[in-house]
Amino acid sequence: MTGEAPASSWPVSAVPAAYMRPGNASFTEFLAAAEPHLLPGHGAGQAAAALPHATTIVALTCADGVVMAGDRRATMGNIIAQRDIEKVFIADSHSAIGIAGTAGFAVEMVRMFQLELEHYEKIEGVRLSLDGKANRLAAMIRGNLAMAMQGLAVVPLFAGLEDAAAFGADPAAAPGPGRIFSYDIAGGRYEEHDYYAVGSGSMFARSALKKRYEPGADLASTVRAAVEALYDAADDDSATGGPDLTRRIFPVVVAVTAGGAVRWTNEEVGAVSEAVVAGRLLKPGG
Amino acid sequence: MTMPIYASPEQFMRDRSEYARKGIARGRSVVVTTFSGGVLFVAENHSPTLHKVSEIYDRIGFAGVGRYNEFENLRTAGIRLADVRGFSYDRRDVTGRWLANAYAQTVGSIFSEHQKPFEVELCVAEVSGTGAGGVGAPVGADQLYRISFDGSIADERKFVVMGGATEPVISALTASFTLGWDLPTALGAAVSALGTAGEGAPRELLPTQLEVAVLDRTVAGRTFRRIQGATLSALLAVPNTPTVEEAEAAAAGVTPNPDAETPDSPVE
Repeated sequence: MTGEAPASSWPVSAVPAAYMRPGNASFTEFLAAAEPHLLPGHGAGQAAAALPHATTIVALTCADGVVMAGDRRATMGNIIAQRDIEKVFIADSHSAIGIAGTAGFAVEMVRMFQLELEHYEKIEGVRLSLDGKANRLAAMIRGNLAMAMQGLAVVPLFAGLEDAAAFGADPAAAPGPGRIFSYDIAGGRYEEHDYYAVGSGSMFARSALKKRYEPGADLASTVRAAVEALYDAADDDSATGGPDLTRRIFPVVVAVTAGGAVRWTNEEVGAVSEAVVAGRLLKPGG
Repeated sequence: MTMPIYASPEQFMRDRSEYARKGIARGRSVVVTTFSGGVLFVAENHSPTLHKVSEIYDRIGFAGVGRYNEFENLRTAGIRLADVRGFSYDRRDVTGRWLANAYAQTVGSIFSEHQKPFEVELCVAEVSGTGAGGVGAPVGADQLYRISFDGSIADERKFVVMGGATEPVISALTASFTLGWDLPTALGAAVSALGTAGEGAPRELLPTQLEVAVLDRTVAGRTFRRIQGATLSALLAVPNTPTVEEAEAAAAGVTPNPDAETPDSPVE
């Protein structure tokens, strides 16, 4: 067999010894052992303030599952670094992840997390349980703690529902309810009930949701409540972007239901956003 | 002082080949073939959980025969290799040819350098795209690579048969193979070809004795999906069912619903 390949010899043509070693199904742990130079944030310096930051993410449960939405603005100090950044992603078939914090690391962490779930599924032949996914994400944030202390924090919001076929057991089993998990920079994992928001505008978004959240509401009105909450956050927080009607840039909305995680199209979210803005023209406070 | 017994290099390699070949021949066979909608894997496998066929990456599938722990080790290594490459470059940069070469070099060096050669044969299959709507960048022939225990690699056009008594299976498939056949025809031919080998041949293989999976050409992203349970029974029983969706619908007793499934959730 080939010897242990040095980290710099990538790409390789034969399978390096580390790849053949028995181990668990975690992609992150494998990468840390075999290819540490590919880990997110490897070799990051002290440039925290000059990096783009991503802001408000909201998540709400509804009758069908859970909805997550995020605004599209990234800021660098007082500058708008990007108008159409995406901070809410489909993590796997039945979960979604949204990120606030240093955009570069956050996006990399999402890629890593998506791959972590896919890697587990391919190696084990079954999907992780929802709690398993939430715990893996906590471990990944904990791994980022040293950088978080330098100001390069990433704070995700994770939501999903238990996939009935996750353990390959009973495809007819009813899917679980929508669940939301929040995290702190030390990797603490907290399950939230009903609704939650993270990021710089989260205080305003949560206040809005406190008034607007309806338990057991249908999908359409839940998405409407999410976009209203983001509007309120953008209203009071300069780092959160509102719906941009001139450029047709609208929040990213992902709905996770028993049928799977689906990202709403820009046109669908656009229609909801226009309704929200039309309502605010009559009543600015919502 | 004792003298080691001299064995010529030819004899040495012959012994190893024979050892590996015997180990592989003890197992049941696997057929990998192309069909109009993608690549089809059919394995005779009585275990519902210890798989011989697996997903590696978006458009790449894997089949292994021989010693379970050895091809399982190679399967895991392949998934890791593909995921690391896709993570450090891009998902499109993970190709079947590259993975097949990595496997061939690894198995080859194990054959010549280790005490015991791997008693495995592998097939790495990559499905081509339809070219429509950005589904699968490379349009062309599907690629089937067969990697033997000694690291030799062959690029097959039509089908790959590996495992135990392969001669009757190969001759049955050579007779029935037609380019661009549909899924039920290909599946039926592969199952009856597998039935020509083994004790009491020709045998009728039951759905519970089969492990069937496809790489679906028409899907973007992850194309691998297993066909099992009622869906497999329906496909085997109704030879004119043209697609997996209709077989699933027939099994569930409902009409096909294209929105019921997200593209990146292979049916388990």
